[in-house]
Amino acid sequence: MSTGSQPPETALGRAGRWGLTAFAAAGFVYLFLPIAVIVAYSFNKPRGKFNIIWQEFTFDNWKSPFAPGPLTDAMVLSLKVAAISAVVATILGTLMALALVRYRFRGGALIGLLLVLPITTPEIVMGSSLATLFISRGVQRGFVTILIAHVLFCTSFVALTVKARIRGFDWNLEDAAMDLGASPWRTFSRVTLPLITPGILAAGLLSFALSIDDFIITFFNSGSEETFPLRIFGASRTQISPQINVLATVVLLGSVTLMLAGVVFRRRTDGH
Amino acid sequence: MTSRGGEDRSKRSAGIVPYGLLSPGILWLLLFFLVPLVTLGRTSLSVKASRFDPNDIRLTWELSNYTNAIGDYSEQFLRSFAYAGIATVACILIGYPIAYVIAFRGGRYRNVLLGLVVVPFFTSFLIRTLAWVNVLSDKGPVVSAIEYLQFSGLLESLGIMSDGRLLSTHTAVIGGLTYNFLPFMILPIYVSLEKIDLGLADAAKDLYNNGWQAFRKVVLPLSLPGLFAGSLLTFIPASGDFINAKFLGGPRNTMIGSVIQDRFLVQGDLPTAAALSFMLMIIMTIGTLIYARMLGTDDLI
Repeated sequence: MSTGSQPPETALGRAGRWGLTAFAAAGFVYLFLPIAVIVAYSFNKPRGKFNIIWQEFTFDNWKSPFAPGPLTDAMVLSLKVAAISAVVATILGTLMALALVRYRFRGGALIGLLLVLPITTPEIVMGSSLATLFISRGVQRGFVTILIAHVLFCTSFVALTVKARIRGFDWNLEDAAMDLGASPWRTFSRVTLPLITPGILAAGLLSFALSIDDFIITFFNSGSEETFPLRIFGASRTQISPQINVLATVVLLGSVTLMLAGVVFRRRTDGH
Repeated sequence: MTSRGGEDRSKRSAGIVPYGLLSPGILWLLLFFLVPLVTLGRTSLSVKASRFDPNDIRLTWELSNYTNAIGDYSEQFLRSFAYAGIATVACILIGYPIAYVIAFRGGRYRNVLLGLVVVPFFTSFLIRTLAWVNVLSDKGPVVSAIEYLQFSGLLESLGIMSDGRLLSTHTAVIGGLTYNFLPFMILPIYVSLEKIDLGLADAAKDLYNNGWQAFRKVVLPLSLPGLFAGSLLTFIPASGDFINAKFLGGPRNTMIGSVIQDRFLVQGDLPTAAALSFMLMIIMTIGTLIYARMLGTDDLI
């Protein structure tokens, strides 16, 4: 609208614009520097047990990325925990988001607060308090307690993400479908579900990512079980093997593929 | 987009249905978030009843757990808040321009650029931190470059390096915290910038005839909610973290998270660990409220 009436850009202004863009570009380099190191060191042939100093190039580490051993076991456990807790948290969180967006009822603000608190509480407080509960009740910490903890911190993120995504929707479409004679179930599966699916999928992916990367809360509630981050931590005192870098690169590639698939999926669903 | 009135009209008041939808999630949050906090509070006021079984504790309203904890660990508390505070400011300084460039100059590559911000964080937190150990190690690229350029003297006098090293210094710990929590700053700022009408920014430029003034008077105030959310999402996890301090810091850089972890899991001293945890949470809650009041973003939480 007003661009035509703007005065010509001064030399200082132009320098500022270029400077800002250059700064942002440098910011991206900073973001990717450690990633480049991780990928590069998956091709390193370390002398000794610590893959810290660059020695020589090798493909050996990539020959058997999933060689049986504690790291692979830990990875499998992490994937299992992330999958289960993402599903459970996505169901719990989506139901809460639907209730908060669709219905008027007493105590909505209080529930909003209850959802935000787990996000604004330091992980170490959540992890230690949950562990204190398990200890005081004599609950053996292990697979189940890890799941309980992961569902806990994922649920809040799911509820808030889905809530933000579906807030602006035109729910009158549901009434319209009902008026046209659709049964409640048909209305839900043909109208409501397609509307909310992208939000739910995004929240599910977020849960999965949060769960697979969690260290602090898991550390307090894992007992003798070892997830992937816990295994790296435990082994880091005596050994940092290049297999860590290989697995990290595999996870990175997998996540990027998933993300691209998500983008394509959204293009398709938004398309019509 | 529905108007506010339309949104309210579409909300139904349908008896028990919302409570039915909410109850499984609420139950989970009550059982595994609020109840544990109560247990933590109880434990923080208890004493160890047995020298051999760390799990045998008795509630005696032992306030000395708190006074002892403050006496012994105020240094780590202060250090945690200082490190987290500096890291948060660094995240704003690095993250705001990135979010700004993506939002206003990204054009049709906005989503790709936003994706690039997130991609590095698909690798594990621990592995990223270990990668920084590679980068900052004594014979690593950064230290070698500093030695080659003969900057080490200058950097030592500024307190950035010590004994010719970057590892085991506060610089490394704060740098690690900054890196690890940067996307939590960029994303909320981006979200609030994205909502700003470009016409409004242009109008401000016309009005003030100066890009900087227009930014300061129009764009910056409108992005405060994002800045607020980003600061919380950075400061809170950073102040409770102990991974960066463990891998990148030395014995003089331990943070409060390191102490809680050690007291709880290594020494089995649950009451002290609980008192420290509880204090951390209280300080965070009060700090958040004050910060919200300061920025005038009360209605955000």
